[in-house]
Amino acid sequence: MISDPSTKTILVVDDDQDFREQLKLPLTAAGFNVVEAPGQAEAEQILQTLRPDLAILDLMMENMDAGFVLGYHIKKKDPTIPVIMITAVTSETGLEFESGRTGPSWIKADAILAKPIRFEQLRREIARLLKD
Amino acid sequence: MKTLRVLVVDDELGMRLAVTRVLRGHSISLPELDIDINFDVDQAGTGEEGLEKIQAGPPDILLLDHKLPGMSGLDVLNQISDKQYDLQTIMITAYASLETAIVATKRGAFDFLAKPFIPEELKAAVRKAAKHLLLQRQARQLAEEKRQVRFQFISVLAHELKAPLGAIEGYLYLMRDQSLGSDIAAYGKVTERCLIRLDGMRKMILDLLDLTRLESGQKKRELGPVDLIEVARMSIETVQPTAAPRGIAIDLSADGDFHLVGDRGELEIVLNNLVSNAVKYNRDGGRVDVKLARDNGALVIKVADTGIGMTPEESAKLFGEFVRIKNKQTRDIMGSGLGLSIVKKIAQLYHGDVSVASELGIGSTFTVILRPEQDPPGSGQQEA
Repeated sequence: MISDPSTKTILVVDDDQDFREQLKLPLTAAGFNVVEAPGQAEAEQILQTLRPDLAILDLMMENMDAGFVLGYHIKKKDPTIPVIMITAVTSETGLEFESGRTGPSWIKADAILAKPIRFEQLRREIARLLKD
Repeated sequence: MKTLRVLVVDDELGMRLAVTRVLRGHSISLPELDIDINFDVDQAGTGEEGLEKIQAGPPDILLLDHKLPGMSGLDVLNQISDKQYDLQTIMITAYASLETAIVATKRGAFDFLAKPFIPEELKAAVRKAAKHLLLQRQARQLAEEKRQVRFQFISVLAHELKAPLGAIEGYLYLMRDQSLGSDIAAYGKVTERCLIRLDGMRKMILDLLDLTRLESGQKKRELGPVDLIEVARMSIETVQPTAAPRGIAIDLSADGDFHLVGDRGELEIVLNNLVSNAVKYNRDGGRVDVKLARDNGALVIKVADTGIGMTPEESAKLFGEFVRIKNKQTRDIMGSGLGLSIVKKIAQLYHGDVSVASELGIGSTFTVILRPEQDPPGSGQQEA
């Protein structure tokens, strides 16, 4: 488990207000410091001054590839920042991911989770990725 | 210029050559379809050869002799009638027997040409067949387009209804898993958002019902005298609870009498949509001006806001079904994307229309023009 969540900042990027809320609420309740962005552009802006300890990105935002591109940018900037991709899997992408696995190598993610998100699972992934 | 392919099936070489000579270089014009047509003529000396040619690539118009050696014209018709080729058949008969005509028509022949015929008769028959063929194709194409629009509508609708379900599902999981702890007080925002998304879903379903009723024409319009000022006042009152906390002032100006003969429910839908949009897409502390006016007997409703406005490209597609302008400002505003398409349909019921003038970042003004067929009793003379 993470020794002190309050020292950890998580960036949450999703264009759907409710999905952001569904990540932010439990993460905040678990003690994390959450920064949210409704889109790729806003996230890039935030990343100029902030280095999050972990990023959770929706794969499909306003542009089909916004999540991919953002994940790629984060990794390019700092490969040590863990990235979790959230996706509505097959119904939207046509790609089949095994939950929790990293998927095809061209997706820059340390974990891929399918909607609907179960917080316990997310928390486990975060704990695994933030193990210090 | 469109070229139609004609196939002449006749055992008499003279007849085949004559038809070819008449139609080659002949062109017709169908102004009702806005099209000019010429012909490309192919020929076959037997039914068997004709059938082979049809199977290889069906012509648009088939000139088919009834009496052929071997396979008869009727046999050929029989063979091709199952295949549902997109062609029109003109039977050529040496003796116009009623019986043959009935059988041939049953098997799909469109017209008859009795031998001997003069070039003008041939041209007239071919013209009639060409027109019928093209009209039929046009009708089919329209039906197909309508089908596609319908499919698209259903697919977007399904997607729009799925979105709130997904959101609510996520919140319910948070509750069931007690992801915010065991204190119910921690879930205030969760239940609030569920209710908001459910409300959005309900509005969409109600809009959808309005739209279906309008389109099917099943709902009887209840025409009677309606005071548009009163309808506008009610719409304004309805949105006050959302407008007031955001400091949005709504003003109504109406000089004169605005009674008309109409369906009150329809007019409420129009004003509710326009006024609630003007609040929804406004800035905090903004204004909404609702103005009723008369112009040459038409009633004009203008609803102006000081909101986010739109680009000309966005304005242009605004009145279609499920059109929602998606950008940073509208991202968190909910709507079915059906409201304005409903307003447009209703305006058209009153021989009117709806339009928008908008400037990005400044605001939008929606104008609805209604031309009710009759004036309510005793109010016509009050027109300004």
